[in-house]
Amino acid sequence: MEMLVVSLTVFVLALFVGVEIITKVPPNLHTPLMSGSNAISGITLVGAILSAGSLGPQVATILGFLAVIFATINVVGGFMVTNRMLGMFRRKD
Amino acid sequence: MGSALINLAYLAAATLFILGIKGLTHPRTAVRGNQLGAIGMLIAVVTALVDQQVVNYVWIIAGLVIGSGIGALMATRVQMTDMPQMVALLNGFGGIASTLVAGAALLDALQIDVTLVTIQFAIATAASGLIGTVTFWGSMVAFGKLQGIIKDVRLSGAQIINAILLVIALALSVWLVVDPTATWIYWAIVLVSTLLGLSLVFPIGGADMPVVISLLNSYSGIAASAAGFVLNNNALIITGSLVGASGIILTSIMCRAMNRSLTNVLFGIWVAGEEAQSSDEVYGGRVKAANAEELAMLMETARRVVIVPGYGMAVSQAQHAVRDLVNLLEERGAEVEFAIHPVAGRMPGHMNVLLAEADIPYDKMKEMDEINPSFEQTDVVIVIGANDVVNPVARTNPSSPIAGMPILNVDKARSIIVIKRSLSPGFAGIPNPLFAADNTLMLFADAKKGALDIMNALKAV
Repeated sequence: MEMLVVSLTVFVLALFVGVEIITKVPPNLHTPLMSGSNAISGITLVGAILSAGSLGPQVATILGFLAVIFATINVVGGFMVTNRMLGMFRRKD
Repeated sequence: MGSALINLAYLAAATLFILGIKGLTHPRTAVRGNQLGAIGMLIAVVTALVDQQVVNYVWIIAGLVIGSGIGALMATRVQMTDMPQMVALLNGFGGIASTLVAGAALLDALQIDVTLVTIQFAIATAASGLIGTVTFWGSMVAFGKLQGIIKDVRLSGAQIINAILLVIALALSVWLVVDPTATWIYWAIVLVSTLLGLSLVFPIGGADMPVVISLLNSYSGIAASAAGFVLNNNALIITGSLVGASGIILTSIMCRAMNRSLTNVLFGIWVAGEEAQSSDEVYGGRVKAANAEELAMLMETARRVVIVPGYGMAVSQAQHAVRDLVNLLEERGAEVEFAIHPVAGRMPGHMNVLLAEADIPYDKMKEMDEINPSFEQTDVVIVIGANDVVNPVARTNPSSPIAGMPILNVDKARSIIVIKRSLSPGFAGIPNPLFAADNTLMLFADAKKGALDIMNALKAV
């Protein structure tokens, strides 16, 4: 139970940090914000790697393997497409 | 690597994510911000790989290779106009990954020791399964709608179905907490959540997709966070929470920009206007169609021109033609700016990305509040493929379905040119008196062709 409270504390504090920063992102960059934050939500990849590589039952390994694929698409696709979009934004020259 | 060290590495990753998003607060620092995020992810992945729990690398490497290949292909191939679809897919994949991770973690834990499945573990597992699956299927429907594969349907009673499905999913979740050894319950939650995800997004209209995508973005974050509670992993909890916050903020910005409550959007409800005017009453003989030559004459003397892009510009890939027209106008000494409504397009910031793709500098793209006071000093406004976001009825008729929606006040400009294929109504389904205004000229054409025609006519003047 103590663990849960610690985790919840972290969750709630992170929520406030998120709100604080994200309200400062200008509308110009809302699409890259979505794809970029999307990429980092692929952090589930960490859990997927732990499942796919551990000594669990075969089914869990396969689920982990599929999760690695999906999460990696999310991460790689997300960061790359965000990078591509942001590269297009330029100032008046 | 000791567990303290591992947790420090995850903390470093989370810090880089926060700095990364902070970088996105300005276009100058944004590319670097995104790279910081990617470095954070690399640290997190390497940390997971060296975790002593990991003993077999075959599946991991295979998954990383396949996933990277598909991800890279999608990211390099996708057209900027299709970015909403891309983000919908990515949201969905993140969601399903969380579902799979939670399922695998449950099976792993049960094999080692039942007591590992604490109440926190079981609740978080159920939450990951529910939210992750809803995110996945909701995103697939959103993708289908954006891609035009799934047509808009008005489902009556969807609210009741959703409520019932949610209650069943929650009841199953409670059951899983009581008896975590019955893993079939987890898959039953996934099944019910599949139905819930489908029925949640099916009744939502295409033009409400900015809200839906933002919301699903938020869900994908919350699902990752829930998976973090399962694994007791702070990196997942922090990151998921950040993304959850981001999605919710964007959702509320989108709702405010349409003056619709989240409930109305989610249930496909339109507040019916008392007596909506028919299009004959509004347009009847007052709409003036013009050809490109006439419009070119009008623009020839314009000192200040504002362009209002909408979804129609994306559909016809007109951004490059628009850029050429802007360059020509600027060569002739006019000042040109873009007025961008928050819900123009199919996702937040959609128009900005398209214009950036066409090399239009971001300092020319103005937000609604910034540009609205300047319309009175604007000689010509060109509305390209936008409708509801420039409908003055929102301001003037309190019984209209879009009453109170903040709009771009283009009707205050000296002349207005509307490039549109027909007089067909926008998503709100109501006629737009702007098209019949004295100072409005209609150019009935596809956005791209219209922009090109005006440009060629202007060159000939």
